[in-house]
Amino acid sequence: MKNTMTKYYFEVIRSGINTTFQDLGRKHLYHIGIPFSGAMDNRNFILANAIAGNKENTPVIEFAYQGPLLKFRGEKVNFNITGNVNFKIIKKQNQIEGNCYKNYILEDGDELDIISTNKSVYGYLAISGNFDVKFQWNSCSVNTKANIGANDGKKIEKDQLINILDIDSENSKKSLEYINTKIENIRVIKGTNFDYFSTEGKKIFFEKEYTVTKLTDRMGMRLEGCKIENIVDTNIKSEGIIKGVIQIPADGNPIIMLSDHGTIGGYPKIGVVISADYDKLVQLPPGSKIKFQEIELADAELLFKFYQMETKNLVLKIK
Amino acid sequence: MIKNISNLGDAALYCDFGREVNQEINSEVIKYFKSIKEKKIEGITNLTPSYNKLIISFDLKLTNFNNLKKIIENLELNKIEKTESNKITIPICCDKEFALDIKRLEKKFNISKTKIYEKFFSKEYFCYMTGFIAGLPFLGDLDQSLKSKRLETPRVKIPKGSVGLAEQFCNIYTFESPGGWNIIGNTPVNIFDKTNELKPNLINPGDSVVFEQISKSEYEKYND
Repeated sequence: MKNTMTKYYFEVIRSGINTTFQDLGRKHLYHIGIPFSGAMDNRNFILANAIAGNKENTPVIEFAYQGPLLKFRGEKVNFNITGNVNFKIIKKQNQIEGNCYKNYILEDGDELDIISTNKSVYGYLAISGNFDVKFQWNSCSVNTKANIGANDGKKIEKDQLINILDIDSENSKKSLEYINTKIENIRVIKGTNFDYFSTEGKKIFFEKEYTVTKLTDRMGMRLEGCKIENIVDTNIKSEGIIKGVIQIPADGNPIIMLSDHGTIGGYPKIGVVISADYDKLVQLPPGSKIKFQEIELADAELLFKFYQMETKNLVLKIK
Repeated sequence: MIKNISNLGDAALYCDFGREVNQEINSEVIKYFKSIKEKKIEGITNLTPSYNKLIISFDLKLTNFNNLKKIIENLELNKIEKTESNKITIPICCDKEFALDIKRLEKKFNISKTKIYEKFFSKEYFCYMTGFIAGLPFLGDLDQSLKSKRLETPRVKIPKGSVGLAEQFCNIYTFESPGGWNIIGNTPVNIFDKTNELKPNLINPGDSVVFEQISKSEYEKYND
C-alpha cells in the first residue's frame, strides 16, 4: 500500500562527510562533459533497494566514512543500510545497535545515527519508498562538481530537510546474510598507452604494492608507491576517459578515475580496472595496500558474468 | 576513417583515427559520433569524441567488445548528413582582474599584450570537442605565436567564465574548476546551462566561435 504524504521527512542533525543522493547514474552525456556518477558501489546500491522492496533504480542516500544523523518525522518508515556500517537507532526509551542488510522501522522522533563505515568507504541508506528528489537527465545522482542532480547538485547539509514523497507502509522483515569481502589484488587490462612506460616501469606497476592516499574522492583515487617511468611523453592529446582508467601523470604516481571523473584527460593510460573489481576498489579506504594484476579481456568478461550472477543470487536470497 | 579499434578495459571501444590533430580528422570523428548516436545501438551507454579518437562505452551486461567492434566496423555512415554547425560570438573582458596569466604570456611570447589580443581576436576557432567538465569547449587553432604550455602547477580554482590558452587550443571554463590553462580573460556568457536538458551546451563540436572584446562596464551590465 502506498501512502503519499508530505509530512514524512528527515531532519538532518549531522550531515556526515560526503552524503549525497545516488541512483544508477546517467548515460549518453560524456560528449557533453557529464560523467556517469551514480552509486559508487553498485552491488550495495542494488541490495539496499532490493531489501527495501523498491524498484532497482530508486534513489538512495550514499554516505562516506561518517554518515548522517537523521531525525525521522512522520508516522513510520522502513529502512535498511548496506555496506559495512556501524549505526544505531535512538528511540525515546532505548537504543538499538543496527545490523546491515536488515529492515528496521523508524517512528516519529526516532533518530538514525550512521556512525561510520567500518574498514570501507561507502554505505547506502534506502527507505521503503521514494525520497522527494529532482531528476536531471533521468537520474537523481548528485555530481557536486557540476552541481547536477537532486538537492541542487549538492551534498546533504546540516539542518536541511530530506522530504519523503511516498512510503510503502507494510512492515518488512526482509533481510540478507552477507559480509562484504575485501580485495588486495586489483585486476587490470593493459591500457592504450601501456607502451609509454619503461620496461622497468611496467614491471613495477604489476609487481609493487601501492597505497591509497587521502586524495581520494568520487572523482578519483590517487595512489602512492614506486614511481613509473614514462619514456615517450607525459602528456597525450586530450581524449575520452572512462571510469576505472589508471592514468600516470608526470610525477609517476597512478590515479584511478572513479564515477565522477572528468570526461576528457591528457595523461597516458597504463591500464583499466576490470568491471568486476570496481565495487570493491572504491571501498578501499586511504592507507589500504593494493597490487595490480594483469588479466586478459576474455577473463575479465567472464569474471564480470560471475560478479553479476553473484549479485543476482544475493538478491534472490533476501528473505 | 577509423585506423584501429582496440579495447579500453572490458567495457569500452577505443577508436583511433590517427595521431594528427586537424579539423579534417576531427570532422570524421564527429561524423562517426553522430551516426552511432543516431543508430541507438543496443548496449552503448556513452560516446566520447575528441580530437582524433572516439571512445564508445557500453554496458557489459548487454553486449561485449567483439560484438560491438563488428557492428562499428560494418557501420554505414549517414552519408548525406551535412553536420549542422553554428557560428557563435563570445564576448570577453580582458581586464587585469580576469587576465590572470597575461603578464606571464607577454614575457614568454616576448610580445605586448595588445599584440597577443590582436592575434587572439582576429581568428575564428573550431570546436573540436566538449568535456573534461560539463560543457567546456576545446577550440582551435590559435595563431602559431600563441602556443603555450599548461601551468606547471595547475590552479586549484579557476573562476567560472575564464578563457584559457594551452598548446594550440583555447577553452572556456564553464564553472569554477581546477585547471592548468593560461587565463587571458573572462566571458559573462553562460556556456553550460544545466537546466536545459535538451541543449545544455552553448558550443558544440563542429561549431565555430569568434571572440569579441568588451569593456568592464559592458561585462558588468551583460547579464542585467
